[in-house]
Amino acid sequence: MEAKELERISSQVRRDIIRMVAAVQSGHPGGSLGCADFLTTVYFDKMDIDPNNFTMDGVNEDLFFLSNGHISPVLYSVLAHRGYFEKSELGTFRKLGSRLQGHPSPAKGIPGVRIATGSLGQGLSVAIGSALTKKLNGDNKIVYTLHGDGELQEGQIWEAAMYASGNKVDNIIATIDYNHKQIDGDIDDVLPMGSLAQKWQAFGWEVLEMDGHNIEEIKATLDKAKTMTGKGKPIVIIMKTVMGQGVDFMMHTHKWHGSPPSNEQAENALSQLEETLGDY
Amino acid sequence: MEMKEFEIQDHKDTRSGFGAGLSELGKTNENVVALCADLTGSLKMNAFEDAHPDRFFQVGIAEANMIGIAAGLTIGGKIPFTGTFANFSTGRVYDQIRQSVAYSNKNVKICASHAGLTLGEDGATHQILEDIGLMKMLPNMTVISPCDYNETKAATIAIAEHDGPVYLRFGRPKVPNFTDPNKKFEIGKADVLREGKDVTIIATGHLVWKAIEASQILLEKGINPEIINIHTIKPLDEKAVLASVSKTKCVVTAEEHMMNGGLGDSISQLLARKAPSPLEMVAVNDTFGESGKGDELMAKYNIDTPDIVAAAEKVILRK
Repeated sequence: MEAKELERISSQVRRDIIRMVAAVQSGHPGGSLGCADFLTTVYFDKMDIDPNNFTMDGVNEDLFFLSNGHISPVLYSVLAHRGYFEKSELGTFRKLGSRLQGHPSPAKGIPGVRIATGSLGQGLSVAIGSALTKKLNGDNKIVYTLHGDGELQEGQIWEAAMYASGNKVDNIIATIDYNHKQIDGDIDDVLPMGSLAQKWQAFGWEVLEMDGHNIEEIKATLDKAKTMTGKGKPIVIIMKTVMGQGVDFMMHTHKWHGSPPSNEQAENALSQLEETLGDY
Repeated sequence: MEMKEFEIQDHKDTRSGFGAGLSELGKTNENVVALCADLTGSLKMNAFEDAHPDRFFQVGIAEANMIGIAAGLTIGGKIPFTGTFANFSTGRVYDQIRQSVAYSNKNVKICASHAGLTLGEDGATHQILEDIGLMKMLPNMTVISPCDYNETKAATIAIAEHDGPVYLRFGRPKVPNFTDPNKKFEIGKADVLREGKDVTIIATGHLVWKAIEASQILLEKGINPEIINIHTIKPLDEKAVLASVSKTKCVVTAEEHMMNGGLGDSISQLLARKAPSPLEMVAVNDTFGESGKGDELMAKYNIDTPDIVAAAEKVILRK
């Protein structure tokens, strides 16, 4: 898909994010906005998937796991536009009885979600398990994951990282949303992590870096990552993003990690985001 | 007295029953895979590993990752059995089990050895007495605590056929192996080992044999106990328990677990709701264990045969 078209989709995804969190006055807009370009590109241009016939097992399909489950608005919007469910369902986000739980969960049967995430640090292990099953089944499709940078403070991530390289789990492409922000502030103030690239390299992963807001670069990097699969090493992409990307007053601050905009602020935000595919 | 049906066939550890069951599943069900966190020998998983190296995953000392990988392995149809000590199978990884397994309703079998005091000399750091409580509180989770080698083997085979998360608890020491090796294991079905009329003794795990020993002493004292083996703590066979209590009017529970959250806790809830009756609980009472021989610890912490006898005599007086 052309970058221009992907940009049109991600603009609508950003509008959905603002409208979803504003409607229920809860949710996590900052990280969601920052990952809209990436998730749009992965789902619309890269993954081999069958949205109309979702199965939990996902045999012979690429899989995606959102380990930082709090950015559920961006996932739900992308899943809806990709055809997993009707976009009108986005209006139920975080409401009683909704399949669109605050953090993603298969508990109510929403198509496109295969594991519950929210408590951080667990998604990489789950992804590795599904990648091992693909190998056992002779299924050569790829497992994609997304993690927050703050999430890397969870020890389980590094247990999983060690396991994947030590056992040549080479059908997995993990991406880190490197926006330098977490709830309490800048990651360097909360818990400095040093060089992420050197850490992942030391754990035996192939490391790529990209600008998470340059769709051509996202496409090229994901293509390159795919060519590196099947060669004995897992792959991680450190994706530089801006929390709140696309809405001027939400950018470059951790303030909007988990806070919804007021109605007035939401109107301001929506005025900056083109409605391209029609609001839900 | 008639106790023929409880003849001891041999003395074996329940963890070896797990190993034997897993080994058999390896041959009969190609979707069964196994994971271990650096305790393959202790969990008796070597036979499975040797026969099916491609279906065995050594994860190292990283239990949280093991639970997550197991959850992921189900996506695509595998049936993962994780193995480590009960302490590291539950308390250490409670949140991973809660989110990635129970809430996500994944078909993971969490198999836990060295539960309770009979782990012995390693002491309280390893003697978890809260695991049944932790696991039974989780929605979607089935909790199974078999009593001997044969039953553990049968339970291991049975849980592969059950679609959903299971916690299977077993232990370290060699104990009397007395159940029928050909008996099919039925999840959720209580096993009335002996019919009686004066008191219902409900036991699980290693305490089932001790309940049988206690029943012999009680019979000599003129007390006729009914003995029920509850191998499935959750879902609880409420019907069987209520049927027995309607006859005996009083209950003793016995388990190698903390009183809070264990089998006795489940039975007391049931009785309070549906058939208020005197109840005495033989269980560890709000304390950690310590180093020692398994038998010594069972005696010191009052979860031994004489404790069941005393509890039965006491509860009958409360009728």
